[in-house]
Amino acid sequence: MNETKTLPTEYVTHPGGIKSSRGQTLRTDEMIINMGPQHPSTHGVLRLEIVVDGEIIIDVIPHIGYLHRCFEKHAEHMTNYQQVIPYCDRLDYCAAINEEHSYVLAVERMLKIELPERVEYIRVIMAELQRIASHLIAVGTFGIDAGAFTPFLYAFHDRELILSLFEMTCGARLLYNYFWIGGLSHDLPPQFVDKAKEFCTHFKPRIKEFNDLLTFNEIFVTRTANVGVLPKDVAINYACSGPMLRGSGINWDLRRDDPYSVYHKIEWEPKVGKGEMGTVGDVWDRHIVRMREMEESVKIIEQALAALPAGNVQAAIPKRIRPDVGEIYARTETPRGELGFYIISDGSATPYRVKGRSPAFVNLSVLPEISRGAMIADLVLIAGSVDIVLGQVDR
Amino acid sequence: MTAQEIHDGLKAKFGGAVLDAKFEVMQPWISIAPDRMKDVAFFLRDDPSMQFDYMMCLSGVDYNDGRLAIVYHLFSMVHRHKIVLKAFCTKENPHVQTVSSVWGTANWHEREVFDMYGIIIDEHPDPRRLLMPDDWEGHPLRKDYKVPEFYNGMKVPY
Repeated sequence: MNETKTLPTEYVTHPGGIKSSRGQTLRTDEMIINMGPQHPSTHGVLRLEIVVDGEIIIDVIPHIGYLHRCFEKHAEHMTNYQQVIPYCDRLDYCAAINEEHSYVLAVERMLKIELPERVEYIRVIMAELQRIASHLIAVGTFGIDAGAFTPFLYAFHDRELILSLFEMTCGARLLYNYFWIGGLSHDLPPQFVDKAKEFCTHFKPRIKEFNDLLTFNEIFVTRTANVGVLPKDVAINYACSGPMLRGSGINWDLRRDDPYSVYHKIEWEPKVGKGEMGTVGDVWDRHIVRMREMEESVKIIEQALAALPAGNVQAAIPKRIRPDVGEIYARTETPRGELGFYIISDGSATPYRVKGRSPAFVNLSVLPEISRGAMIADLVLIAGSVDIVLGQVDR
Repeated sequence: MTAQEIHDGLKAKFGGAVLDAKFEVMQPWISIAPDRMKDVAFFLRDDPSMQFDYMMCLSGVDYNDGRLAIVYHLFSMVHRHKIVLKAFCTKENPHVQTVSSVWGTANWHEREVFDMYGIIIDEHPDPRRLLMPDDWEGHPLRKDYKVPEFYNGMKVPY
């Protein structure tokens, strides 16, 4: 930082300076504090360079790249399109299914494959289960950021049940390689539908319990309301998506507004922040959007389970994956927001270029805008409410 | 608006800055002169019939024939239409004007493009590398990139 920045007047608590006991004016100065890359509340290897005046943040400069694993370079050097899917899993290890969904959707649109109904329904069920699992991590760790440890254990207990469902289906608990181009790696096991219904029945009252524990807890509300407000126009200008965008009161969800899969056959609605505890777009709004989205996801899962048609999940898998020369940008709604893949094909068996537009990367870039003027302790909450996964930020 | 109408609107306003276009592909694109990018972007965002307020994605591409490009995927939350813009430049003269004053999200994306492809973003407010270390040599996503043997005394291909 070469230039000195002065504190905006609305943050000055003692106009004319702070006086010492002898009546002299105390000198204040701006200071640079480093947070991370190994810090429990940065949710991974993220380094924040914080410029503060006293306790008030003047600027935040995120430094990323500590978890850069060359996803895009790897994707260009595979021997076929299918091999990229496990790498997609590892982008966002908290919501691997949703990453796969976006990638296979892009390739299927290039190949113009029509999928069997059963595949689409299973994909929706899996994507929504994964969304709940991912949101549970988000709200659980967010509770820890605010100093509440117990809700985290509740969240992880329920996430465990979802991971067991995945394990039952494809053998993996975290990184699945379950969605294949044109189909799925396995059909659902016979007991899956009953177990999933059982989970939905179990989980609905748990959301209310979680809300009583954390969301409407008075200390939590005081810490989160009116903090880190993201106005509508800034949210759109910075291309925020997912709960960040909806928390700011914008009714926008790709599952409804840029339809894919069978979401249009299912009844549900996007949830938006309304500023119930403070200003629209504050940290609490983002949290409540995640909580309510989990309720919607349960609704979607129940309807999809009821409508699940029969069929062969591998019927449409192409023998040879060579898309025509061309390019496509396909996007889906992941728990963190809009995940898009821009794929260029040169007609060969490997993608010529794969760009991952990750929602965590884009949402994190707005962090300096929403943390100016906040306290350092609030920055922990603001960063937590963005819900970043550094694997996805750095790719 | 269709891609053809957007193209005609740009052509009427900017004339020579609109270089090329392709409509009969899955996602139609318009090629813009790299040194006029900012004006075009401001027009696309602010014109009432366009209103491309949401930048979905910005990616660099190396076509391996001496050309580099930045590809902009734009979307309008108001009119719900999409368009793809491309700004081509050469490896000898890799300069493209910044659009980060138009869409805030472009700031980090453009830093990433500079980092990975070595396309110099003119007038960028913060022209540093984003993902690679500041003293890294070369631009890894170029097709002719060779992995260095050592970085600060550490062996690179482990």
